[in-house]
Parts: sequence; C-alpha cells; structure tokens
Amino acid sequence: MADEPKAPQSPESPKPDSAGAKSAPPTAPASAEAAPFPAAKPAAPARPAPPPPKPPVVMQIPLDNDLTKRYREQFGAAILDAIEDRKQPYLVIAATQLAEIARYSRDVEKFDLLEDYTAVDWPRREKRFDLIAILYSFPHNMRLRLKIPLAADETAASLVEIWPTANWLEREIFDMFGISFNGHPDMKRILLPEEWQGHPLRKDYDILQQDTAWVRENLGIASGQ
Amino acid sequence: MSPTLQAVLAFVQTWWVELVSGVVIVAVVPLVAGYIVLMERKLMADMQARLGPMRVGPHGLLQPIADAVKLLIKEDIIPDNADKVVFWIAPVVSMTAALTSMGAIAFGPAFQVARDINVGLLFVIGVSSLGIFGIVLGGWASNSHYSIMGALRSTAQLVSYETAAGLALVSGLLLAGTLKIRAIVDAQQHFGVWFVFLAPVAFFIYVVASIAETNRAPFDLPEAESELVAGYMTEYSGFRWALYFLGEYANMIVVGAVATTLFLGGWLRPFPNVRWMNWLDALPALFTAAVGAYCVYRAGKQPVRVQTWFMWGVALACFVVALILAVPLLVAPLKFLVPGLHGAFWFLLKISAYIYLFMWLRFTLPRYRFDQLMHLGWYILIPLAIVNVLAVGVAMILEMEYGWNRWLAMLLTTVITLATALFLLRLNDKRAAAASSAAPPPEEPSTEDSYAG
Amino acid sequence: MQDDAAQNQTLLGADELVLNMGPQHPSTHGVLRVKLKLDGERVRGTECVIGYLHRGVEKIAENRSYQQFAPYVDRMDYVAAVSNGLGYCEAVEKLLNVEAPPRAKVIRTIMTELQRIASHLIWLGTHALDIGALTPLFYCLREREEILKIFEKYCGARLTTHAFRIGGLQYEAYDSFEKDVERFCKDFERRIQEYVDLLTGNSIWIGRTRNVGVLSAEECIALGASGPVLRASGVKWDLRKAQPYAAYDQYKFEIPVGTNGDTYDRYMVRMEEMRQSRLICLQAIENIPAGPIMGKVGKVLKPPAGEIYHSIEAPKGILGYYIVSDGTTQPYRVRIRPPSFINLQALDKMARGHLVADVVAIIGTLDIVLGEVDR
Repeated sequence: MADEPKAPQSPESPKPDSAGAKSAPPTAPASAEAAPFPAAKPAAPARPAPPPPKPPVVMQIPLDNDLTKRYREQFGAAILDAIEDRKQPYLVIAATQLAEIARYSRDVEKFDLLEDYTAVDWPRREKRFDLIAILYSFPHNMRLRLKIPLAADETAASLVEIWPTANWLEREIFDMFGISFNGHPDMKRILLPEEWQGHPLRKDYDILQQDTAWVRENLGIASGQ
Repeated sequence: MSPTLQAVLAFVQTWWVELVSGVVIVAVVPLVAGYIVLMERKLMADMQARLGPMRVGPHGLLQPIADAVKLLIKEDIIPDNADKVVFWIAPVVSMTAALTSMGAIAFGPAFQVARDINVGLLFVIGVSSLGIFGIVLGGWASNSHYSIMGALRSTAQLVSYETAAGLALVSGLLLAGTLKIRAIVDAQQHFGVWFVFLAPVAFFIYVVASIAETNRAPFDLPEAESELVAGYMTEYSGFRWALYFLGEYANMIVVGAVATTLFLGGWLRPFPNVRWMNWLDALPALFTAAVGAYCVYRAGKQPVRVQTWFMWGVALACFVVALILAVPLLVAPLKFLVPGLHGAFWFLLKISAYIYLFMWLRFTLPRYRFDQLMHLGWYILIPLAIVNVLAVGVAMILEMEYGWNRWLAMLLTTVITLATALFLLRLNDKRAAAASSAAPPPEEPSTEDSYAG
Repeated sequence: MQDDAAQNQTLLGADELVLNMGPQHPSTHGVLRVKLKLDGERVRGTECVIGYLHRGVEKIAENRSYQQFAPYVDRMDYVAAVSNGLGYCEAVEKLLNVEAPPRAKVIRTIMTELQRIASHLIWLGTHALDIGALTPLFYCLREREEILKIFEKYCGARLTTHAFRIGGLQYEAYDSFEKDVERFCKDFERRIQEYVDLLTGNSIWIGRTRNVGVLSAEECIALGASGPVLRASGVKWDLRKAQPYAAYDQYKFEIPVGTNGDTYDRYMVRMEEMRQSRLICLQAIENIPAGPIMGKVGKVLKPPAGEIYHSIEAPKGILGYYIVSDGTTQPYRVRIRPPSFINLQALDKMARGHLVADVVAIIGTLDIVLGEVDR
C-alpha cells in the first residue's frame, strides 16, 4: 500500500498537519491551486488539461426553481444556498433545522428514500464537515442532495426517526468522521472495532496511520502493515 | 487345567459363532461405511455435473482409506469447557448401538450375524435407537450452543419419528406374525409376495421415518450445516468424529436391512416361487461379471500403471465373485449353496438400492425447517401410521374370518389409508394457512433498540 | 463465545440464549457475525457485527488518481465486479462531463447484464445451499463458468475484471464475442429451466421460503432496501428504467415484481431478472454500433472542482458513487453507497419472530457480499 509515496493527504498539504505532513513528500503536484470549497467560489481550472471540447465553465450555478422556492418559503434563512452542480441540485441547509427540513422533504416533497447519507471533511473551513444526505423521490423520479455544514464540535440531529435506513449510515459517519448524532438509538462504531482510536476518513488521518496499540493488543502484531 | 481356563474355553465353545461375528462386524462395517461414503460422493458428483474424488486410486477408489488414515492421525481436540468423560463416551455409545443392532440382522439365510433371537426385529430397533444417547450426551458435553441445539433437535426428531417408524413396522409385522428375522422372510416366501405390495403405505411411512431417524437430508436438521455448523458434532474432530460418522452410516445399513427384511422380501429374489422366472438366478453372476468386464475395459485407459493394475485387481475380484455365484448353479453337488450365496447377493443389492434412494433424496431436496418436520411427523405420519395399522388389521380379519381375497382386502384398506392421507394433508395445509395469516411474526415492542442493529 | 454469553446473560432475560452466528459460519456468506437473541429456536432479536473485511476503500480512493482507483471498486462486490466498475466509470465520466461512445456503451451493457446473471447465479446456488439443496449450486457454477470464460476472453480476468475504463473501454470486443454471448444466452434458457424444475414447485422449498422474511413496500423504502428486495415487495422500480444509463434505454425488458415481499417472491423476482438480462443481451448483440470505444479523455484526469452522485442498478440494488473533486488528479472524497450494506439493515426486521433456520434463509435472500458491506 505504501509503495507509492506520491500523493499529499489533502489538497492543503502545505499546511503543517499533525499526521498528514509526515508522509507527504515535498514533491506535491503543482495543482494545489484548486479551491478546497467548491460550493463557495467554484474556481474553474484555467489549464486545458480536461479534455472536453469546450473548456469547462463554472460547474456550480445557483439554483432557483420551484422546489428551492418552496424550501425557502418554508424554512427561510435555514436554506443557506441552493446550487446545481452538473445538473444535480443540492441545498445547503443549517444543521439546526435538519430534522424539520428532513421531515418536510419526506412528507411534503415526497423524498421517501434516503439513498445515502455521508460526510465530507474540509479541515481548513470554519465549519469543518459537510453532511451529505442524498434523497430520492419515487413519485417524482428525482434526487436532491442536502448539504449540512457542521463544525467539528457540533452534533447533528439523527434522522433515524424519519428514515430508519439512517441508522447504520449515521453509525458509519460517526465511525469514519467522529460526528455524533443526537437521538440515535445506538450511537457506536460500526465497521471499526469499538475501542479504536481516531476517525479514518478525516483528512488529518494519514492513510498509513492506525491504532497501533489496538492492533498490538488484539491482533498480537506490532503493525498492521 | 485351571477352572478359569476351562470356563473360558467352555464359553468360547458355546459362543464362538457370535464372537467371530462380532469381530467381523467391527472389522468390516467401517470399511463398508467408508465405501458407502465414496459411493455417495461419486453419485453426488455425477448428479452435480462433476467428477468427485479422482485422485486416490483409480476413480478415487482408495479415497475412503486415505480419509480414514487422515482422521486417525488428526489432532484430537477436546474443548476446555467440555465434560471430558461424557465427551469421550458419547461417540462410543452411538457407534456401539449401531454396530450391536447389526448383530441380529441376517444378510441372507446363511449369514445371520449372531443368532436368530425370537425378538429379532424388536432387538434391532430397540438397540439402534439407543444411539440417540450418544448424540444427546455428545451435544451436551461439548458445552456449545450449536451442539446442544443439534442434540435437542435430534432428540425431538428421533422420538417423533421412531413412533411413526414403529407403527409402520407393526403393519408389516401383522402380516408376518412373528418378530424372528428368518421367519419374516419365510412368511413372505409363503405369501409369494413382498410385503411392500401388501402394505405400501406402511413401507412409505417407514422410508420417510427412517430417513429422519438416520438424520439424513431432507431431515438432517440435527447437523444442518448451514444452520448449526455441524450440530452435535460441531466440537468433535478426528477419530471421535469418525465414530459418530461411522455410527450414522452403520445406522443407514441397519434401517436398510430392516426395510429389506420386512418389506422387500429379505434375501428372496424377485418372484421367488415362480418357476419360469428361475433364469433370474443367473443374474447375480452375470451382474458381477459385467462389472468385472467394465473394469477390464477401463483398465487400459488408466493414466498410471499402478491404476491399471488396480483396475485389473478389481476386475479379478469381480470375476472371482461371479465364479463363486455361478459355480453352485452349474455344479449339481454344490446346489445347496445357492440360497445362501444368492440370498446374500440379493439382500445386499436391496440394501444398496434403499441407501441409493436416501442419497438421491439428499441431493435433490432442500431441508425441512424444524417446525415443519414436527408437523409432518405428528400431524401426518403418526396418524397415518395408526390408521394403517388398523386398516391392515381389518384387512387380515376380512381375509381370515370372511374369506375375502387377500388382494381385494389389501387394496380396499390401502385406498382407505390413502384417503386418510389426503385428508390429513388438506387439514395440514389449512392449519398452515391459518397459522401464517393469523400470526405474522410477533413484533417485539423493542423499548431500547439496541438490537435494531 | 463463552464470555459474550456470560456478558449478555446480565443484559438479557435469563431465559434467552445468545447464539453467535459467525464470523466463521457456513452460511453467513463471508465474515458476517450475527448475534441472535433466541427463545428456544425463535429469534427475538438480531444484532449484526460487521467490519471484519473493512479495507478502507474510501480512504484509499483519496490517495489514488481516478484511474488508479478503478480496480479497487472491483474488490467490493467481488461477485459483480463489472457492475461496480460500470458505476464508477460512469460517475467519473459525469464528473468530467464526457460521455462514452455508443459502441462502448453497448458493450458495457452486455457485460453488465452478463455479470448480473453471474451474480444472481451465485446468489441462487448459495441460497439454495443454505436451505439445504446441494445440487443447484453446482448447476449455477457451471453456467457462471461460461460467463466468466467470456470475461476472461474479453479482458483476461475472471473475477475482478476491471473491464471498463473511464471514458469507454480499453479493449475491443474479441472476434467471437457476439457468438459466445449468443451461445450462452441460447443455452441459458434451457439451463434456467433446470433450476425451476428443482426448486420452484418443490413443496419443501415453498414451505421454507413462503412468508419468511416479509417486507412490505413501505418498510423496504424506509429501510432503504433496494434492488430485487424492493421489487419483490411490489415496487415496480428499476434504475435501468427510471434513470437509464449505459445503453439501457435502447432495449426492451420487463421489471419483474413480487406481491408478498417474502423470500419466495425475491426468489421469483431474481429468476425472472436473469431471464430479462438474457433478453437484453440477445437484443444488444444484434446490433453493436461501430465506432470508437474510447471517448475523448486525457491521460491525466483532472475533473473540474465540484461533485457528482451517480447510481446504477447493480445486481444487489442501488450502487451509488458520490465523488467530490477539488480539481486535482485525485478525488477529494469518494463515497460508495453499497447496496448490500443497506439491505443488510433489514435483517433484524425480517428475522424477528422466525426460527434460526429462517435467519439463514433470510441472510441468503438478502444477497449480501461482505466485501461490499464492509468495503
């Protein structure tokens, strides 16, 4: 796994991260100019590397259709932004209103399937995490993403009451990112062992990093590699 | 000569036949069981579009020996928390019961293993069902959840199906009027017909129940691999496991022998009393000779010379057997050997067919669930067996007291029993339908949802 | 096991038995561990313990380039590697805003449908084996072998194929590709009848699967269960029809649905799906358009910053890829929506009140692959 010492752990690798900097060689690709936060200011790469015939323009365009209008009417300031990225709409919403918006999405807008629920880590942002809920509506045959910015010390409301399928998905987010959910019936790790230290999908968790103590104790080997 | 020695000598003089028989059983049955396993694997492979064991010996013919050696030299594991003594005894009990019950079985008029005790069939059934103790004790002593569940299932299953099997045998015994093995076969010769044709329902019940008794698919719940890993045998390994295995296959031979004796005419050839069918007597010799000829034909196609020799050896053995079977027919002074030798041949052939049926079912059918198994046993087979006993009794009275034609009486009662069977099946379907519609799986009012997973 | 039992003894009622099914167990299809709360043989609750096969695929993705990561997705649902690859390649193509040429799309469709048949065959064989029927497994493997041979001829690999590339295909279909697929499809109709003969009408099979593990359509949607599980509950919904991808909009096929949502219905739905996949293959090989097989993508992929979610109808359900790009050559985040993982959540709902033997049937009918559950 470690045979390719090439990639920096995160696009902001020059920043002295605790773990990330250790294994990241100084030969970082010269492409770190991309914006780490695509929603805020989508920086179109100026270079002609991507092959589509037309040089890609801004992929994220503000969205203002009936659906977003209804959401804005209903929740006002809780809808922070509405964007369409490559013809896929998403709403950026405030974590405080998550449960209400989710319930509204299911009951009124008929997004009856929570297709996926995950998170993205943006360590350099003020609100570090984005929770991503991908909703699907059977009656309308369309998808909607909810994006919920969340600070590192914040917790989100659990969606298990609204979509039972969120149960394991939230546990996985907790496992991988350390975001915990209020009102989840069984908030514990799901894929990693219960006693594991650290949350692997955070950007400051190096790909070679592991809970060495746990591995030694439970597997009886000095290192997993 | 000391009195002790004298006593021993006297004992041996009186019981030498039994002693020799015992040694023969213990020595031969494991080998036979091994080859039944090989046959099973080969048949299974054939039905599943593959080859089966091919590596050890030509066509895997030496596979059982390799398996036995492997099992013998395997590490002997006893779980820490097991009850060591019981764990040690249990498989022995299982196998002893199976082998002992063989003692009373007659493989042909000349090959009664022990002696023809007057409660012959009862002895066989009684002793062979003692084997359940081995299973229960083994399951309990292993101190493992899978084992104990397998043992409990096994107990419930055996108790249920032993009843049905016993009642089915009673139907046959009513016709025979005796428990003596030899006398049962003689009765069939006297009737001129195998009892399976007089009491087909009883035979069918016995087939089903005996599959369940020997824990074979589709009733192999006590050792259902996909559910209980290996049931009561989960914690056993090596030689102990082999003992259980041996017991199981010995049991198959026993139930096959019982069914053959009581329903399939024992060692009688088909149509024993019909003179113009006497050409059937030549069949055993021709059959073995044909097997031998096939071996010769295959011998040239073996890839390794050792295998060619081996095939020649098998062919030679077959020809010798064919010769032994044929000579008494041709040489007048040896005529007296015919019933014994040919009886053994027919008996073994019938047992093989019975065991083949077991295997065929195993490869074809999915497994019953435990409650379905119990339903089948208690709601269908046992009532049906009781009705069948009554019906056979009535038929015999009709025949003996009122002079009815035997076939007519038996036909009538069989029809009655079949009608009962249909009625029971209908009833069971209704019950199942009612159960599934009335009781959807009980929802737990899960207060804290820690098991929601 | 002993320790667990003792520990649970205090948590649970004294008359409840905790049975550990797995991770080493013949019928948990890998390293799934299910803690069964039993009352006699009746299941009072289940708890899945997963993660034994966790390899951190999503973390690996963040440290590989887009092309480098493509082989990794094959290792998730390893009995349907082609489908995984299709989902990933299409997702990245969408992210790049390129499209595979028509010829590539059709070949992809054929391969994916063959893979669906292969995956369903594995499911059928193991499911039948769990319920105690030994023979169907070997028949299924025999047919699957033919499919794997086609894969091998096409790309050299049988299991983890990495058959597709971002932007199209690397390999042209070999000379007798159409003929091989056609021969398989013609043959398969007869073969499928063998499974039907062995199982469909068998009263033991029906007894073991009818009314076992019932899920209503509402429960399915609430639990996120997708694929054949959802369709068996009567929801006529298939991503191939709802949001066609690859070349599925060109072919006629039916979406089989069940009525009761029990194990038997799921069996029937999957059997019918195999027949429909066969029909799709037959339609597709009739007219494979000529032309290039690779779209216009560069050697170095640098998708513009942004994100994409793309999902396909994998053999086991909705397989979704959520990819975030930061404009570099490596994905910033790849999230994989694994159908097995989410379908497995329904186990508790389905198993409660049933017997231990039914749990085995239910695990089988969910058609999980632990490589995908744990990733």
